[in-house]
Amino acid sequence: MFGGRKLLAASIAAAMTMPVLAAETAPADVVFDDFAVTSSLTGAPGSPEEGAKVFKNRSLGNCLACHANADMPDDLFHGNVGPEMNGVADRWSPEQLRAIIVDSKKVFGEETVMPGFYSLDVGINVRKDLVGKTILTAQQVEDVVAYLGTLKE
Amino acid sequence: IASLGLAAHADPVDDTLEIDGEPMITVAPAPEGHPFDTVYSGWLFREPETRAVEADSFENPGMLAVELGESIWNTVDGTAGKSCASCHDDAAQTMSGVGAHYPKWDADSGKPINVELMINKCRTENMGAEPYKFDQEEQKALTTYIKHQSLGEPVKLDLSEGEMQSWWNRGKEVYYTRTGQLNLACASCHEAIMGKNIRADHLSQGQVNGFPTYRFNTSGMVSLHNRFRGCIRDTRAEFPAAFSDELMALEVYVTWRGTGLSVETPAVRQ
Ligand code: HEC
Ligand code: HEC
Ligand code: HEC
Repeated sequence: MFGGRKLLAASIAAAMTMPVLAAETAPADVVFDDFAVTSSLTGAPGSPEEGAKVFKNRSLGNCLACHANADMPDDLFHGNVGPEMNGVADRWSPEQLRAIIVDSKKVFGEETVMPGFYSLDVGINVRKDLVGKTILTAQQVEDVVAYLGTLKE
Repeated sequence: IASLGLAAHADPVDDTLEIDGEPMITVAPAPEGHPFDTVYSGWLFREPETRAVEADSFENPGMLAVELGESIWNTVDGTAGKSCASCHDDAAQTMSGVGAHYPKWDADSGKPINVELMINKCRTENMGAEPYKFDQEEQKALTTYIKHQSLGEPVKLDLSEGEMQSWWNRGKEVYYTRTGQLNLACASCHEAIMGKNIRADHLSQGQVNGFPTYRFNTSGMVSLHNRFRGCIRDTRAEFPAAFSDELMALEVYVTWRGTGLSVETPAVRQ
């Protein structure tokens, strides 16, 4: 009985702390360390399938607008503003990819044209309904990191 | 790469534009203080079919706006019982080359004035007519008609008039200010990555010498301030009102960035 109650109490405590443990890191709290973001923004693993959707969707990442991606031959009009994505996972670790997606300026410098997808350090006169919002959610960032991790040569 | 639908070109094409046999200046040495050495007309960044339509006035759908503009020019409106022609006669003579030098300094308002606002000024002050609303069809047509009278004429502003220079300075600041959630400035797209493809769009220098332009995707004329607002909106930002001080300053500065290019109004875009 006693042991059971203790277990119950422990699992209630666990249930109560779960949301805290899994809480997303707020954009301002993301820690950049040597051009990398070491810890997951959500604590949950990313989904490569969802990440691929975010990569091509024009209202989400729209990464394809700037990056050609040989993994998506059925989609027309790949941009060529940034590097091609083939083998990107050979060039960057998941922690570095997370940093690039969260706020590319922290990796490439202020002058880059790549938007920060999980940053509130943005331009002036942001559209009213988007003020205080990031382009992608923390989970979508993790999904894209997981997807890019599959792009090996 | 071609199988990905990637356009193979990265730079302006090497081609010459003649409109009905008249040569256009589509490549010009940049004015002193310009970030580029050479300025290029947006025509050089478009697909061959689009370029061909602009080169032939009979095919150019923008010429319908020129025709509409001509008929408005000759139509009496307002309490003074006058048309534009009552005072300015034949636009082919009186407006020849005029549009290539706008915006100009307007001492009355103490601001730069563009062709759209000059039309409204004549309508209100000289005709007793209502000013056109922004992007009203008549405004676009009459502006197109007036600019078309400068076809081929190189763009050149007089920055020594009034306070044009300080408006140029302000416009330059706007040009380099990043806006919106995407955090991009005009210079991000039309200077830093000029010649690249964003999706299907081949980025030009964002020159204004063809405005108002005819666009196939909306099958109609697009005014310059409409284009400015569209580009700003695409950064996911709130955009300023047409003819606001901010966009007038931008018009002064961006027009200067195309100094030496022929007026191509009505240019054709996809
Ligand atoms: C508006 C253009 C633009 C968009 C949109 C964009 N990027 Fe980029 N990206 C760039 C540029 C440019 C670079 C190269 C760094 C530089 O020169 O500033 C880059 C670099 C990268 C790199 C490093 C590639 C390498 O091989 O070095 C990765 C990874 C990357 N981007 C991923 C993404 C992802 C994922 C998205 C969407 C969520 C995205 N980018 C959206 C422009 C863009
Ligand atoms: C009653 C006479 C009158 C009428 C009618 C009139 N204007 Fe004017 N317009 C003028 C005068 C005078 C000027 C020069 C003074 C100035 O620049 O403010 C002028 C200047 C202009 C200019 C600038 C020319 C330049 O060299 O920069 C344009 C463009 C113009 N008018 C267009 C029009 C149009 C379009 C209409 C019809 C909608 C029109 N005007 C009707 C009297 C008139
Ligand atoms: C996100 C990228 C982006 C930004 C930022 C941007 N533009 Fe554009 N702009 C485009 C694209 C794409 C086109 C269509 C292709 C072209 O003509 O370059 C275009 C076209 C234009 C054109 C028409 C050019 C022609 O020949 O028809 C002008 C003028 C222009 N932009 C000015 C501006 C100005 C001024 C700003 C800043 C207020 C700006 N743009 C910001 C992407 C952008």
